[in-house]
Amino acid sequence: MQLVLEKRAERSNTIALVSPLIAIGMTIVTMSILFAILGKNPISALGVYFIDPLTDGYSLQEIAVKATPLVMIAIGLSLCYLANAWNIGAEGQFLIGAVAGSWIAVKTQGTDAGYWVLPAMLLVGAAAGALYALIPAICKVRFGASEILTSLMLVYVADLFLDYLVRGPWRDPAGFNFPTTAEFDPVATVPVLIEGGRLHLGAIIALVVVAAAAVLLGRTIKGFEIRVVGAAPRAARFGGFNADQLILLTFAISGALAGLAGIIEVAGPVGHLQPGISPGYGFTAIIVAFLGRLNPIGILIAGLFLALTFIGGEQAQIAMKIPLDVTKVFQGILLFYVLACDSLILYRFRLISSSPRVQSGTG
Amino acid sequence: MELVEAIILSVLAASTPLLIAATGELVAERSGVLNLGVEGMMIVGAACGFGGAWLSGSIVIGSICGMIAGTLLSLIFAMMTLGLAVNQVATGLALTILGIGLSGLIGAGFVGERITPAPHLYIPGLTDIPLVGRILFGEDAFIYLSLALVVAVWWFLYRTRAGLILRACGDNHISAHALGYPVLRIRMYAVMFGGACAGLAGAYLPLAYTPFFIPGMTAGRGWIALALTVFASWMPSRLVIGAYLFGAVTILQLHAQGAGIGIPSQFMSALPYLATVIVLVLLSRARTGGSTAPAALGTVFVPDR
Repeated sequence: MQLVLEKRAERSNTIALVSPLIAIGMTIVTMSILFAILGKNPISALGVYFIDPLTDGYSLQEIAVKATPLVMIAIGLSLCYLANAWNIGAEGQFLIGAVAGSWIAVKTQGTDAGYWVLPAMLLVGAAAGALYALIPAICKVRFGASEILTSLMLVYVADLFLDYLVRGPWRDPAGFNFPTTAEFDPVATVPVLIEGGRLHLGAIIALVVVAAAAVLLGRTIKGFEIRVVGAAPRAARFGGFNADQLILLTFAISGALAGLAGIIEVAGPVGHLQPGISPGYGFTAIIVAFLGRLNPIGILIAGLFLALTFIGGEQAQIAMKIPLDVTKVFQGILLFYVLACDSLILYRFRLISSSPRVQSGTG
Repeated sequence: MELVEAIILSVLAASTPLLIAATGELVAERSGVLNLGVEGMMIVGAACGFGGAWLSGSIVIGSICGMIAGTLLSLIFAMMTLGLAVNQVATGLALTILGIGLSGLIGAGFVGERITPAPHLYIPGLTDIPLVGRILFGEDAFIYLSLALVVAVWWFLYRTRAGLILRACGDNHISAHALGYPVLRIRMYAVMFGGACAGLAGAYLPLAYTPFFIPGMTAGRGWIALALTVFASWMPSRLVIGAYLFGAVTILQLHAQGAGIGIPSQFMSALPYLATVIVLVLLSRARTGGSTAPAALGTVFVPDR
């Protein structure tokens, strides 16, 4: 018996809708097996992961706080992926945005600078992220260098640059030699939405970004061009769309959103610049983008779901001593299943009896 | 002179994991498959390799564990991209994310443990020759193996019929299929070879480079190996030059930091990554006359019957 793929006459919209659900279901089954291997009760582990965070107000806020950067970055990445431009360096653009915005916060620290500080920080953070993302985009368009590799290499560079700043020139003199800047002034901090809570203005900004992306993709010519260049490059050439320009544009937008997410994270939940401000948001956002089917609303839901796994993972570590790496395994497996189920949109799987001439790779 | 000898020895050691991983990836890419999961397969290879060696006390068994781990991960990749025709870029990323998580889980029990690193060759007389003795006759087995691997791959790709068929699959899978070659099966073997090499390259790190395992110890070497295949224009011989060049950059920045030349260490540590970007730009620019990449690289192939 062999598994073969048969191309569908047209893409299946039903499966496009249910495939993320199938993928999540299969991931949960796989995770149960993994929990059992680790010697934990799968039912209670799944409860701690997926149910407990939904039952108290603090965790619900925390989910929204974690989902904010994920959704913002993933929206930008989805534009790139739709245009068939592979920006996988969002983590670096996130860090550079955080660094550039923090520059204003650090320089105005202790002065009587007014309410222009935070808007300026957000603006500079987004601009720096966009410029940083344009490096691989320009290398791609001008020289044909693989944007996958260059954008990823720049992640390591950004990480080291941030490390240098907080250990060197920007280190808090009163910080007991810890590699961190001083806490930002109130005017350089993203305001919280509920007094005493953790939910901050960034969540609103993320929702605006989702709405803007929905309008861009659904209602504008540029959005149409982005989708056509990715889905049918030949048709796009006949249509006179400038593919190079679209690569630059989508990279710049996704860099700006990652940079904005970075400075919001630093000026919001973290409150100061330090190494390790991101638990891999830039990479997890890749999963969010695919799980959300590269669709703004889908990404919003997917972002909340992956944020839930971050919070669930932390709680599972505290409550059941399940290692944090399980969350990464979970995310990796989820992406595999999402991609595998996506194959069903374009192809039909069929089992046939073996014939000597035809081979499938699974054989 | 002793410093020069020490630098050359450490450059060879730093280059070897890059060379092994890149050789495996080169074969996979020559068959038309772009596996971006090298970093993930390497880091799992490192965790399993160290685990195997620590439990058994044998470097050989450790290396084999690393290779098996890399091969198993590459099989998942092959099932997805060849069996289910999934996008290779996205699948490779998924493999790396999964690999980093898995290596943390597998390696958690071994963090802080030490093993005796792989022994170095010693031939009385030859190894004692000043300057060149230790460099030529005093390395660990991995270094000799990596060079043998490159020669074997070169011979396979350019001097055997099977190698010609493999390259045909990478350049035009439709023609190869029409001639009756099992494109997907050939690609699966190539991907598995790449996985085994990545696993071995990962295992080299805790077995010979540093005698212990730390999470994330591959530190982007898998991605640099991917860049090396571009650097080498998909030719094994150039891979050797590229790997040693990158190894040299890595080691020289370490020595520069040690010598205290006043540049912050983070800037020196960023050099290998920046060098990768610059090399990619320069090479891609020099090649405007036509790409040397396998023509079908990264494209999905679904055989019609």
